[in-house]
Amino acid sequence: MCGATEGGLSLDGVNVAKEAVIQGRVVRDGEPVGSAYVRLLDKSGEFTAEVPTSATGHFRFFAGDGEWTLRTLAPKADPVDRKVTAQTGSVAEVEISVG
Amino acid sequence: MTRENTLVSAQWVEDHLDDPKVVLIEVDEDTAAYDKGHIKGAIKLDWTTDLQDQVRRDFVNKAQFEALLSDRGVANDDTVVLYGGNNNWFAAYAYWYFKLYGHSDVKLLDGGRKKWELDSRELTDELPTREKTSYTATEQDSSIRAYRDEVVAAIGTQNLVDVRSPDEYAGRLMAPAHLPQEQAQRAGHIPTAANVPWSKAANDDGTFKSDDELRQIYTEAGVDWSKDTIAYCRIGERSSHTWFVLKELLGEENVKNYDGSWTEYGSLVGVPVVLGDEPGQADA
Repeated sequence: MCGATEGGLSLDGVNVAKEAVIQGRVVRDGEPVGSAYVRLLDKSGEFTAEVPTSATGHFRFFAGDGEWTLRTLAPKADPVDRKVTAQTGSVAEVEISVG
Repeated sequence: MTRENTLVSAQWVEDHLDDPKVVLIEVDEDTAAYDKGHIKGAIKLDWTTDLQDQVRRDFVNKAQFEALLSDRGVANDDTVVLYGGNNNWFAAYAYWYFKLYGHSDVKLLDGGRKKWELDSRELTDELPTREKTSYTATEQDSSIRAYRDEVVAAIGTQNLVDVRSPDEYAGRLMAPAHLPQEQAQRAGHIPTAANVPWSKAANDDGTFKSDDELRQIYTEAGVDWSKDTIAYCRIGERSSHTWFVLKELLGEENVKNYDGSWTEYGSLVGVPVVLGDEPGQADA
């Protein structure tokens, strides 16, 4: 479990064994988007959490086991939905492209 | 209270950026967000250091609140417009706080920081200067703040509205999913509480839904409009958002925010707790 996924957000200080982490990056034409908002929706589509992306376009959630949807809002772009599966003890890495 | 005197649009704020009697205040969960850029002229309040007692788990008292606003240059007759990230959770918390201490003209920026950013409106890192004032607060308005004994007494008699996400309500998560999950207290919810996630009251861009939509959401969730209501969440900020909806937008009379919320209730010895998706019974 040691060592962050290539290109991913550092997991220093996160007890990965006890968390179901979903994290990743929002990009537009390959460039990070630092002004986006990523929403975590549960399997019924209900809002669970939201984070703004960092200057490097990164985001992270501590979810529970199961299926989730990431909905990404960015200026001058339509919302983008991506399904993702989270599992305790693992890190789901997602790259999201906005238009 | 109604939408017209408690909520302003991003355009209204942009039109009042140079109005000296309008004080913009940013309040964020991420207390560093302001430093990276804020609306021109906005000052910052840090909910962890400015608004909370640093020893006891409680708010700053009346004298401390007066000293804080005097120091930041907020006058009693200023129009205070609050905004922040997380769909205004902490701005709504601060709004409730300003009401608790009797500020007469306070409003929320509809959609908060997110709407402002998604509109691609301007942010600056320039720090404003405001002349110090001599601010006078009132005694705390206990009609809008619930304590734990009232909450226990409300089980089965008043509306309890748990505004956390369904997974937190059911006990499957301990905290909003952008925070680590390890916590000391028990998971679950207060018996008989309806689960109406705060997010149901907001559009994706953070603005509030229409009054008709809002009333329908809470009615369908089982809120009895003839009864008093207490809203709670984990630490009292998301429930401030719902308190704002019920009290300030829909104009309901007896609505309280339980700021102790789940981090207090879930640590109490001997109180009933329900797990799972159903509200449960009063004698659980």
